[in-house]
Amino acid sequence: MKVLVPVKRVIDYNVKVRVKPDQTGVDLANVKMSMNPFDEISVEEAVRLKEAGVATEIVVVSIGPQQAQETIRTALAMGADRGILIKTEATVEPLAVAKLLAKVVGEESPDLVILGKQAIDDDSNQTGQMLAALLDWPQGTFAYKLEKDGGALKVVREVDGGLQTVKLTLPAIVTVDLRLNEPRYASLPNIMKAKKKEIAEKSPEAYGVDISPRLTVVKVTEPATRSAGVKVEDVAALVAKLKTAGAV
Amino acid sequence: MAVLVIAEHNNAILSDATAKVVTAASKFGSDVDVLVAGEGAGAVAEAAAQIAGVRKVVHADGASLKKQSAEAMEALVVPMMAGYDAVFIAATTTGKNIAPRIAAKLDVMQLSEIVAVIDPSTFVRPIYAGNAIMTVKSSDAKKVITVRGTAFPAAEGGGSASVEAAPAPAGPFKSEFISDEMVKSDRPELTAAKRIVSGGRALGSSDKFKEVIIPLADKLGAAVGASRAAVDAGYAPNDYQVGQTGKIVAPELYVAVGISGAIQHLAGMKDSKIIVAINKDEEAPIFQVSDYGLVADLFIAVPELTKAL
Ligand SMILES: Cc1cc2nc3c(=O)[nH]c(=O)nc-3n(C[C@H](O)[C@H](O)[C@H](O)COP(=O)(O)OP(=O)(O)OC[C@H]3O[C@@H](n4cnc5c(N)ncnc54)[C@H](O)[C@@H]3O)c2cc1C
Ligand SMILES: Nc1ncnc2c1ncn2[C@@H]1O[C@H](COP(=O)(O)O)[C@@H](O)[C@H]1O
Repeated sequence: MKVLVPVKRVIDYNVKVRVKPDQTGVDLANVKMSMNPFDEISVEEAVRLKEAGVATEIVVVSIGPQQAQETIRTALAMGADRGILIKTEATVEPLAVAKLLAKVVGEESPDLVILGKQAIDDDSNQTGQMLAALLDWPQGTFAYKLEKDGGALKVVREVDGGLQTVKLTLPAIVTVDLRLNEPRYASLPNIMKAKKKEIAEKSPEAYGVDISPRLTVVKVTEPATRSAGVKVEDVAALVAKLKTAGAV
Repeated sequence: MAVLVIAEHNNAILSDATAKVVTAASKFGSDVDVLVAGEGAGAVAEAAAQIAGVRKVVHADGASLKKQSAEAMEALVVPMMAGYDAVFIAATTTGKNIAPRIAAKLDVMQLSEIVAVIDPSTFVRPIYAGNAIMTVKSSDAKKVITVRGTAFPAAEGGGSASVEAAPAPAGPFKSEFISDEMVKSDRPELTAAKRIVSGGRALGSSDKFKEVIIPLADKLGAAVGASRAAVDAGYAPNDYQVGQTGKIVAPELYVAVGISGAIQHLAGMKDSKIIVAINKDEEAPIFQVSDYGLVADLFIAVPELTKAL
């Protein structure tokens, strides 16, 4: 089984983002960038499928600037086999990402595409589902557990209220949730090995996909801040405050 | 402007989320129809018809819609969209699963988890776990929107819309439902609760979580939440997670017990009306958003609080 894993380069999840004073966006200058945390989980899952003899080849793909190559290298160091960088300086919205990924799927014919459930920068939670629609493939979103079952894939999904198990006919799309696995750190020898792995470079134009945005950002502002509250001495003081505020 | 609202339900009960989405939808356009897609969901359709401001309820009933799978919902909704300018759905796991599939088929960019409607093409949504708020204008002819429930009040009852039947898509689909494993609870649902008590990693075990958090929640008639760390450690079920990637809540009262206040957790609860934090570390970031902070050992303070209430 061939597995395709799209990975996005995003601001590191530990960085406190700052809105630019001119309200055009958030400040990305000189901040640490990393692989989207959900995508680390996707890569890990693909590598585990390979280690279990279920997956035969893992191809990672990233759409972004030249530096997204580092994100691909990280995935290669974790155990993916080769990479594709679709290079662009433009902001690519989930719909356009899904269209580009559909082209990659056309070329590579994977049996399974594993994506993150959401990118922690735009918090869209769309790309996997859109890709599934464009390909007319079934989808297993917010995966908690995956299990190959003959020509099908059983996906246990995290849903409001509990868990839901669905069976997907392959080829299929999976988006991963946080508890699917715990991603490994790449070992030094594997980081060295990853340097020799192939990364093909492409462009959105070469795929004939129009990536012009459908959404225009009017402004980006700071969220309303809460005024810092008070510290109470003890439980009795807390109860008194809550009673005065009418909260209990 | 005609809007289709996709109802959230379990074939028996209409979720409160739907009336909130109707409020958001009516800011977009005045002709709001509600789609109830399910199996044996007649009572849900009747309930939807009573939401004030609804023009009509479209009730599609059949086996293929029992679980509202994304594949079946796409087949049902995409053709219907010829008659609508927008489709609105709650940003729940069901809505998030379905909406992007519809958007891609309509060739439009979805607007995820909106918190305000400025005009029929301009919307507000949080990004970066709520650390930035984006106002965005869509140039697409039709809008596909998921709505953050905490940002809109529920529409009133008292309506009497007509209910119109629609056929369910035939299938079969390439995705098959196998089973559900739902957490049984008599407590209020997290996203609808007026009060929430959440526990963090500090609880240390599932037994302690039950022993310390539950009595306080019972006393307050509150729902129970948890940080990701507490869920990952198995102290609480997945479904309890509050935060960027869990539930977004905004109750009247949120009590954070032994939770440090990571940005991903704050993303899910900082719009609560009153926040109480109990933490033994006075430097914990949770105190920067709490109205009342108590620096104390939770194993002593929480039972004391439960008793004092
Ligand atoms: C992509 C991504 C998404 C995430 N999404 C979420 C999410 O949706 N929700 C979420 O919650 N997290 C999320 N996280 C995780 C988040 O970053 C934090 O790791 C997590 O919230 C920490 O949980 P905690 O506060 O319970 O644990 P800790 O950070 O370990 O805090 C425990 C706190 O308990 C206090 N404490 C210890 N003992 C006691 C005692 N006896 N009495 C009183 N206080 C005590 C400590 O002082 C400390 O402040 C996400 C992370 C990533 C990378
Ligand atoms: N530019 C990109 N390059 C590669 N994969 C992406 C890109 N954008 C989104 N994805 C994938 O889609 C998932 C969901 O992203 P989103 O829909 O933006 O929240 C991510 O976790 C990635 O797996």
